[in-house]
Amino acid sequence: MKPFAYERADETARAVSTVAGSHGHATFLGGGTNLVDLMKLGVATPERLVDVTRLPHAEITETKYGGLLIGAAVRNSDLAVHPLVRERYPVLSEAILAGASGQIRNMATIGGNLLQRTRCPYFQDVSKACNKRAPGSGCPARHGEHRELAIIGHSEHCVATHPSDMAVALAALGAEVHVHGGQGLWSIPLTDLHRLPGEMPQRDTILAPEDLITHVELPPLPLARNSRYRKVRDRASFAFALVSLAAAVEVDGGNVADCRIAFGGIAHKPWRARKAEETLRGRPATPDAFGAAADAELADARPLRDNGFKLLLARNLFVRVLTDLVDG
Amino acid sequence: MAEVATRAIGAPVRRIEGRAKVTGAARYAVEHDPGEVAYGWIVQAQVARGKITDIDDAEARSQPGVLHVLWHGNAPRLEEVSDAELAVFQEPRVAYRGQIVAAVVADNPEAAREAARLVRVKVHEEPHDVGLRADHPHLYKPDKVNPSFPSDTDKGDVDAALARAEVTIDHTYSTPAYHNNAMEPHATLARWDGDRLTVYDSNQGAAAHRAPLAKAFGLEPEQVRVLAEHVGGGFGSKGTPRPQMIVAAMLARISGRAVKLPVTRQQMFAFTGYRTPTIQRMRLGATGDGRITAIEHRVFEQTSQIREFAEQAATPTRVMYATDNLRTSHRLVRLDVPTPSWMRAPGECPGMYALESAIDELALAVGIDPIELRIRNDADAEPDSGKPFSSRNLVACLREGADRFGWADRDPRQRQRDGRWFIGSGVAASTYPAYQRDAEATARVQPDGSFRVGIAAADIGTGARTALTQIAADTLGVPVERVRVDIGDSALPRAGVAGGSMGTSSWGAAVAKACEALLAEMERGGSEAHADTKAEIEAKKDLARHAFGAQFAEVRVDGETGEIRVSRLLGVFAAGRIVNPVTARSQFIGGMTMGMGMALFEESVMDRRYGDYLNHDLAQYHVPANADVADIEVAWIEEDDPELNRIGTKGIGEIGIVGTAAAIANAVHHATGLRFRALPIHLDGLVGAGT
Ligand SMILES: Cc1cc2nc3c(=O)[nH]c(=O)nc-3n(C[C@H](O)[C@H](O)[C@H](O)COP(=O)(O)OP(=O)(O)OC[C@H]3O[C@@H](n4cnc5c(N)ncnc54)[C@H](O)[C@@H]3O)c2cc1C
Ligand code: SF4
Repeated sequence: MKPFAYERADETARAVSTVAGSHGHATFLGGGTNLVDLMKLGVATPERLVDVTRLPHAEITETKYGGLLIGAAVRNSDLAVHPLVRERYPVLSEAILAGASGQIRNMATIGGNLLQRTRCPYFQDVSKACNKRAPGSGCPARHGEHRELAIIGHSEHCVATHPSDMAVALAALGAEVHVHGGQGLWSIPLTDLHRLPGEMPQRDTILAPEDLITHVELPPLPLARNSRYRKVRDRASFAFALVSLAAAVEVDGGNVADCRIAFGGIAHKPWRARKAEETLRGRPATPDAFGAAADAELADARPLRDNGFKLLLARNLFVRVLTDLVDG
Repeated sequence: MAEVATRAIGAPVRRIEGRAKVTGAARYAVEHDPGEVAYGWIVQAQVARGKITDIDDAEARSQPGVLHVLWHGNAPRLEEVSDAELAVFQEPRVAYRGQIVAAVVADNPEAAREAARLVRVKVHEEPHDVGLRADHPHLYKPDKVNPSFPSDTDKGDVDAALARAEVTIDHTYSTPAYHNNAMEPHATLARWDGDRLTVYDSNQGAAAHRAPLAKAFGLEPEQVRVLAEHVGGGFGSKGTPRPQMIVAAMLARISGRAVKLPVTRQQMFAFTGYRTPTIQRMRLGATGDGRITAIEHRVFEQTSQIREFAEQAATPTRVMYATDNLRTSHRLVRLDVPTPSWMRAPGECPGMYALESAIDELALAVGIDPIELRIRNDADAEPDSGKPFSSRNLVACLREGADRFGWADRDPRQRQRDGRWFIGSGVAASTYPAYQRDAEATARVQPDGSFRVGIAAADIGTGARTALTQIAADTLGVPVERVRVDIGDSALPRAGVAGGSMGTSSWGAAVAKACEALLAEMERGGSEAHADTKAEIEAKKDLARHAFGAQFAEVRVDGETGEIRVSRLLGVFAAGRIVNPVTARSQFIGGMTMGMGMALFEESVMDRRYGDYLNHDLAQYHVPANADVADIEVAWIEEDDPELNRIGTKGIGEIGIVGTAAAIANAVHHATGLRFRALPIHLDGLVGAGT
């Protein structure tokens, strides 16, 4: 493990400038549940860690519009059990609780969860090629072991998936991410935070190294009270999603009045299912309509040799979750 | 032989070292404090086959705190050892990806690890072959299979019987590689005092580890002491020495310090052993009313270039069902892979998956209930050898299990539903040999009237120490609190490894004999006695001795997503006398849970282009989580078998994993109508099965 310096930041601007001035050698540290593992494996080799868990963004507060402002240093466990989250955004609580283990969720922060790296096995093993870790070295997963990897939005350079469950719920809920970066304060929709791999799989997100996530903001969304997260994985707990679905739906007179839907486990980013949402709005809330909407969304999917099962799984999961939500 | 009076034996005595373990007081290998210590780290080969042309360790050596970098160019010469995996740094050849090619010793583990990363290994890479196939041109017949069974057997005329059979089954089943993944990774702490070597090692038998270690370093066994008082599991992978033990001793010698060398979880997937993948062709012939007339079980497996390990997967078929025509065979191929080794119930575990799946297919083909079919084909004598059984209660286990499980209410029709879930149930038999190996023990009465017993046995988390204490207490006629049993030290009287489910039978007999001798000695005014069970074992009758069991599984399969849930598991075992019902239950449910892992989750995945196991950590190599184990029940039929050993035990450590995977696979078939003949059964093939 490469020797590194550690410092605990107590001022946001200082933390950002430390990383900005380090020429890429310093990195923010959240709970460390992903970054420290990657350092032990030699995948991440920062020279300085700037611990951002004591910065003043560790609270969950209600916004004046009736949404929630969630500090990036809030622990995953605390967010999952927050009464307002449970009441207004159950999909978010369920998604977090479907991820990792109790111990990991106690350590993991919201910022770190969003920026956790792919679980592609080649990425985690420095003795092997991987375009994401070592740009230009190749993507052995594409023709190798990719059963758990992407079916949509991938490129010839990378077929990895984003592993976060929480991010899928946040994508469905239309969350905004607040950033304190080298260029000041800005924010973007969560669905624009993560990238598709394209020609630059080494970049998971649009953030620069010194861009610190300070908050995630949830808009008020009454329909999210009727929302759900369902995750399909290889064992009953403590495994990453093969496919997951976050959905919120409101039905009026047997028709879908409005809905928010996102897939996990199928792409390089949480996959907001906008085509499916559009297809559904105003249509009858029936399994057939749900199936047609899922088909519309997944029409562009290009499964790899060994993960074709994910396509039907994603469709069936979509129909199941929406049907359950509508049936109450 | 005197009857052992039963008081502690059979009682639910709590694990004696339990408190020390949960409070952290119990020390595991590298937790011992030897004073001034240095830390080792291993460097692994990154090609599957080749020759090291040079190792550049300059940068590694220049790191602060680094003491030495060891590799074949500068390592001390070892004496020849029979297991070539232990001949570390003796030659430049790379036999598999992940093999140990260098090691670093430094003042602290961080420096050692970083220096290991900086060692540059230059290799002339050669094309490698890591793919097992049933038609591999280099398949060969090993002289014997583990531990010393014939590779092939052939009784009667299998081909003629198959040709005549009214019903035949011919299917190929396969299992992937599995890694033992004990909770405590392999680890060694080595210290030299002059020419005496002491190692604290995480292993399944201190005495068995001493001899090869002494041999490798050209020492007399008396110059070497191996200690393994507490061990966090092994499941076979710590039954024979692993190379880190040799590396630790080398690093300690070279640095003049005590050296701690822990193996990482990732490294465990390379050089600490695993179960070979298997391809098994099963052919059965039967009459229309389900009497088996022929069985053929052909097994294809891999081993490494440097050591032969032949898993005895077809041997349970030599034991299970009555038939006049029985043929079994094992074929191996040497590949550029790590050496496979023992893993919980080597042989029986994969072999019974194939046999018990094929039996289920036969039951369906002849239209007979699978329990009835097994009862109909129960054997009076060991089918292959013709030897009588000392006891055989397979049928009793099946009947008892059927009662408890509610088998009579089972609707044999497939694809029964509960909403979107398919529900099904399956059954399979279990078996495991009842071995006993000779051992020695001492027993001594202390001035305060308490007793102390010594034997180089191992407790790898099984409860062996507790069972031996119960046996000693009963023999001596005192409460367990008055007896202390010392184990896990090669300086204690010689004993075999914790393996082959024979610990309690082998060590327990020696302990009982020593205690009995002590009582006689005390009559004469003495205070110490020694016993050796060699003679009584040699005098045993030539019988077939095996434990049997029956496993039942109920599964639910989501017809939309394909998710599989094991809603119930029941195992009923006939394994001789049960010394401690609490620790025995743990052994059984532990084995069955591993069997569930084998059925549904576990699989060491290899990318053949690279040649190593890719999913080398516990986030990727899935063992069952608590949430996967819903309702698990264990029962046993106590056997009173006087032909076993003084204690009357058959061994319970391994039988729990045998048959579970077949029971679950059979249940999946009953639930969905789909037969999966390759493990693990992932949901991939079940998505949308209900539509
Ligand atoms: C065995 C295991 C199983 C798991 N299973 C699941 C699962 O099923 N589902 C799931 O969703 N997750 C799972 N996880 C992943 C877990 O959720 C993440 O490790 C965790 O959320 C990361 O949070 P952290 O605070 O520990 O991040 P860290 O490890 O501290 O950081 C991760 C990354 O985020 C960056 N970072 C941290 N905070 C900020 C910030 N405020 N601004 C900018 N950058 C920041 C760091 O620089 C680093 O690059 C699992 C992890 C493990 C080890
Ligand atoms: S899929 Fe992406 S992360 Fe995985 S090996 Fe290819 S480039 Fe690397």
